[in-house]
Amino acid sequence: MSRLVEFRHVNFRIGTRTILEDVCLEVEEGETVVLLGRSGSGKTTLLKTVNRIVEPTGGSVWFEGKATSEWDAIQLRRRIGYVIQDAGLFPHNTVEQNVGLVPRLEGWGPARIEIRVRELLKMAGLAQEIYGTRYPRELSGGERQRVGIARALAADPPLLLLDEPFAALDPVTRYEMQQEFLRLRDSLKKTALFVTHDIREALLLGTRIALLKDGRLEIVARASEFESASTPEARAFLATLETHAGK
Amino acid sequence: MLASEILSALLEHLWLVSISVGAAIAISAPVAVVLTGRAHLRRWTLGVVNVIQTIPSLALFGFLIPIPFIGGVGKRTTIIALTLYALLPILRNAVVGIMGVDAGVRESALAMGMTRTQILMKVELPLAFPTILAGVRIATVATIGTATIAAAIGGGGLGTFVFRGIAMADSKVILAGAIPAAVMAIAADEVLGWFERRVSFLS
Repeated sequence: MSRLVEFRHVNFRIGTRTILEDVCLEVEEGETVVLLGRSGSGKTTLLKTVNRIVEPTGGSVWFEGKATSEWDAIQLRRRIGYVIQDAGLFPHNTVEQNVGLVPRLEGWGPARIEIRVRELLKMAGLAQEIYGTRYPRELSGGERQRVGIARALAADPPLLLLDEPFAALDPVTRYEMQQEFLRLRDSLKKTALFVTHDIREALLLGTRIALLKDGRLEIVARASEFESASTPEARAFLATLETHAGK
Repeated sequence: MLASEILSALLEHLWLVSISVGAAIAISAPVAVVLTGRAHLRRWTLGVVNVIQTIPSLALFGFLIPIPFIGGVGKRTTIIALTLYALLPILRNAVVGIMGVDAGVRESALAMGMTRTQILMKVELPLAFPTILAGVRIATVATIGTATIAAAIGGGGLGTFVFRGIAMADSKVILAGAIPAAVMAIAADEVLGWFERRVSFLS
């Protein structure tokens, strides 16, 4: 296995406020590393340094063995799938157009795009005859997120960044989407960085969990070992599980 | 004959309005794009355009007459004044429309690897289009009304009848200018409104 992403002493400051401080983390190919933390812990900012939506003020981020600052930002982003909470679909484009966006930007021919879109919609569990020509506003939250994931996978990027993708879904749909994510990840062998504030989701989806507290990495542990972690923030998160289990 | 005279005044009126609104769109579009990214400049520019709007139209026409090159009596001065008036609704709506694009949509456009130009052309402008069109509609209707006053400085158009009627104390002549202008304003409002509803269905 080789290293796909590496954070080297990443810092991010806005004025005098420190958002990220000295974050070091390596992501191996095939892993799903969950960035877990409270709101304001810096987990989303850290995620965004990978595709240069945010440029770190100190340290560096490496992707495929090259510092992201050495990458052309556009080329870098097209090699990294990105999924956000409300999917961020283009409201004026149909499902097919949304899914075919990156291939279109990459200059694929129409026939090749059409084949790819069909493949992706099938993979995401959406019947093309029903959903292909719909607009995002005609979809449910779960369906929109399926389209969002299909769009992120379109150009077959080696890495997926997911920023609380299922946080706005109802619990049942969320559970279904989590299972779907596991299925896709295992069949496509994608590497993923997944931001969440939900410890249950972190334990379910992560091969490793990186816990952030006030912009610092408090602990990085395999999902199976995280439950016995003893740092204060880890205990605080684990306590939310116990209240349920204790009932 | 009066009928053919009214028709040619009506066409002239339409021409004045089209040129002025067209010029206002041509100025507003690039300015709006620049302003969306700059909060400070935006406040100032919209402030200035707002002040222009508050100048009474007859006064503005009067102010422009003595100014060399752009002023004087006639169509050029008229078009400049009408363009200045059309700026506010068009510019403001364009800025509001572009800035109103959902942050998540803009962020994912960036993250998909779209360039600044692609984001503007394929995401921001299409999504802002209904709002921009609403501004054009307001500006067009207002300009049709304001253009009648242009006859005071030799701008021509339907206002010619209005001023002539006032001078002759003949309400029939006033109405020969006022009614076609009103009908034109209502028609423009309807047509642009229909178009606006069509495009907003798309987004």
